[in-house]
Amino acid sequence: MSLDQIFTKLEESLSKSPFKLIEPLVEATHTFLLTPGKATRRGPHVRDNIDLKRYMFMVIVALLPVIIMGMYNIGRQTGISDFWLAIWKGALVMMPVVIVSYAVGAFWESIFAKIRGHVINEGLLVTGILFPLTLPPTIPLWQVAIGISFGIVIGKEVFGGTGMNLLNPALTARAFLFFTYPGNMSGDSVWAAVDGFSTATPLATAAAATGNAVDALHASPLHYTLNNMFTGFIPGSMGETSTLAILIGAAILIILGIGSWRIMLATALGGFGMASLVHWLAGPTATGMLSLPPVYQLVMGGFMFGTVFMTTDPVSAAGTNTGKWIYGILIGVMAILIRTFNPAYPEGMMLAILFGNVFSPLIDHFVVQANIKRRLRRV
Amino acid sequence: MNILSAKNIKFVKDPLMDNNPISIQVLGICSALAVTVQMRTALVMSLAVMLVTAFSSLAISLIRNKIPSQIRIIVELAIIASLVILVDQILKAYLFDISKQLSVFVGLIITNCIVLGRAEAFALQQKPWPSFLDGIGNGLGYSMFLMTVSFGRELLGSGTLMGFRIIPDSFYAAGYQNMGLMVLAPGAFILLGLLIWVQRSVTGTVSE
Repeated sequence: MSLDQIFTKLEESLSKSPFKLIEPLVEATHTFLLTPGKATRRGPHVRDNIDLKRYMFMVIVALLPVIIMGMYNIGRQTGISDFWLAIWKGALVMMPVVIVSYAVGAFWESIFAKIRGHVINEGLLVTGILFPLTLPPTIPLWQVAIGISFGIVIGKEVFGGTGMNLLNPALTARAFLFFTYPGNMSGDSVWAAVDGFSTATPLATAAAATGNAVDALHASPLHYTLNNMFTGFIPGSMGETSTLAILIGAAILIILGIGSWRIMLATALGGFGMASLVHWLAGPTATGMLSLPPVYQLVMGGFMFGTVFMTTDPVSAAGTNTGKWIYGILIGVMAILIRTFNPAYPEGMMLAILFGNVFSPLIDHFVVQANIKRRLRRV
Repeated sequence: MNILSAKNIKFVKDPLMDNNPISIQVLGICSALAVTVQMRTALVMSLAVMLVTAFSSLAISLIRNKIPSQIRIIVELAIIASLVILVDQILKAYLFDISKQLSVFVGLIITNCIVLGRAEAFALQQKPWPSFLDGIGNGLGYSMFLMTVSFGRELLGSGTLMGFRIIPDSFYAAGYQNMGLMVLAPGAFILLGLLIWVQRSVTGTVSE
């Protein structure tokens, strides 16, 4: 009996048994292992058998460098120099968070799938891994559970489920934790994975610098040089430290046609442009965040992770090509503005992306209206 | 006339569920967000709004045939404002601490849409007794949501209810933390949204 038949049989028997509740889960596993073999009968035919599940799975593939790098870095930050041992140590830290995120997320998804009478959507596949990657390694697991519950229920299901959400669910979950348990999400002590050792994050260091921020970064005990921040050997959230790994992920997303290069480029350009402008206006005598060179702004904190994996969420991003440019630039500019001018938040990427998410339907509306107007003139 | 006839009871019961000022008409949200961090302030605010709504509706209904329609809003506001000042003075005299916590929001009852809304939509056309009951009903509907929201916000945000510690110290020792978001205004928005969701799922109300 083939795997396909086993699952079909199992689903059939489950739908009649008292264990009907877990049928959506079995169905999800079934289509996850074997992509649906449905073929179109008459034209137009699809050129590529890409469906939501494969789409989401490709994002996971693009996230692999980030995940591996994140695990290695966690191990390295605890003082292990051996590569495999460091990854093992990192996996021990990261995997419980990921498992809790997926398990609790799947719980809510299956409840809503059951009530609404549809199969479990694939959206959780990406949300469930993106969310842990934005968290510090020291996050308590019960907070992960509360965060993902909020992200899935309030961020997605109240709007109607996958494809209907206004905001990126993973970021909604993170924002909820950020405002609910600020002590565990930011500050001086949470980022380092070593027990009893704490230091300020690069962004906090730069924001607090009384002199030139670059000098302050170099003076930090963890050597926040541009090089280290690019390769990611610094303490930080689990997935966002390594710009290098994120760029590999970005290349995978763009080559496979999953992530929009327009959004990524626009966000990076918007951020770089705003950072340059702020840096130039502040002049050479500036201190703190204003004295950071624009390149530093791009590699520090969650900017790159947000640019590549969060802004490109096809549901919450703008849909039109012109809209994507406007959306990306808006996010880049906002992120730098929050970082430099809002003393309460050293990091602005999360809030900037949520801001962009809220505006994307409006941006699309005006792009479409402008197009209609332009074409009407030709009539 | 039976003062507690089925029709009159309906004036009180209707605003509790089917025509709730907060969840169905979505009025008075501003104060619902502002005063619900603690149950004590929410309770005092609920009582204040209920009394002001009831007595302003009663007073306006009594003189409804004498009010020229061109200046009716001014007359209504004068009555409401007098009652609010009365409430404010009583609070200052007897519940000074809570009065300080509520600060400007007692005065802002004057601009609470529920009060003026009931005066305009109900008291101007109805007899005094139904108007009074309608005011009580709407006040109760408002109170119901205020108390539920403040229950959730105080329990989750501060670990207390009515100022008494509910969540034991052993929880905090085990790593439990208060939810900071619940003390902020968005916490009230989220709870209010969830309550409206629950209520509409139960009653099956769908708005346009």
